[in-house]
Amino acid sequence: MNWSEFFNMGGYAFFVWTSYALTFAVIVANIVFPIMQRKKVIARIRRAIRREQIELDKKSA
Amino acid sequence: MWNWIQRFSSPKHFYSMSAPLIKWFSAGALLIGLYGLYLGLFVAPTDYQQGESYRIIYIHVPAAWMSLFVYMVMAVSSGIGIIWQIRLADMVAAASAPIGASFAFLALVTGSLWGKPMWGAYWVWDARLTSELILLFLYLGYMALQSAIEDQRSADKASGLLAIVGVVNIPIIHYSVEWWNTLHQGATVTKFDKPSMHIDMLIPLLLMAVAFKLFYAAVVLVRTRNEALYRDRNRRWVRELVERL
Repeated sequence: MNWSEFFNMGGYAFFVWTSYALTFAVIVANIVFPIMQRKKVIARIRRAIRREQIELDKKSA
Repeated sequence: MWNWIQRFSSPKHFYSMSAPLIKWFSAGALLIGLYGLYLGLFVAPTDYQQGESYRIIYIHVPAAWMSLFVYMVMAVSSGIGIIWQIRLADMVAAASAPIGASFAFLALVTGSLWGKPMWGAYWVWDARLTSELILLFLYLGYMALQSAIEDQRSADKASGLLAIVGVVNIPIIHYSVEWWNTLHQGATVTKFDKPSMHIDMLIPLLLMAVAFKLFYAAVVLVRTRNEALYRDRNRRWVRELVERL
């Protein structure tokens, strides 16, 4: 079997490779979104900590 | 016993325990997935009826199995969260929904791309396809309820009840190919008889199923950790942890 035969998938190339490409995209999305979500959550908590620190400083001043 | 469960299901304990597991699950998913792909695309023989198009099976079937498995995880942990008020269980359920939805979506789309050359249509309203579409809507409904309700405990209760009621759909999906006349082929692996599939085709399928499962395990841990950080954002352990990062 050569490579062009392999990519041709017996004439079903469009269906097979679109399926595999979509699967790849869904897997990447499942990796990227939780990592972005984690950064967002941590940034939000950091902001809250800073805000509370400023409030505390105001009160003590 | 109860104290033990309480301690081990504390978000803080979970957060520290889960870090190494994510690495192991990811590495396992990658290695087994690549080997399964290699066997499925290069080694497995051509199907005598469907030609090369059948190779969609190596992603379609694992995605479909996972869409059911993740739903059961979501429903069972919702139940645990509602009955025993274990917060970690609610977090696992909320973390599972988007992953399960993505698997259901994948099962539908790859099935559609497989259906076109084999049945002549991208979509037919038959029992298997329709019940799988309802599964996707149940996931989306769960996510909509989670984000629509401000109070976290009410959100968990409402979306959890939806998840539990939706379990009725799971046996319908599984048995749909037996109960109704359908274009969709019957079970070839999950039946009590010997699987009616050549062993060289079956092994890559099972490897891909394991890889998908490990992938879900890794992603659900990452997402549950995010949930734990967010929901405990005003607690001391999260504050201390964020300041150390």
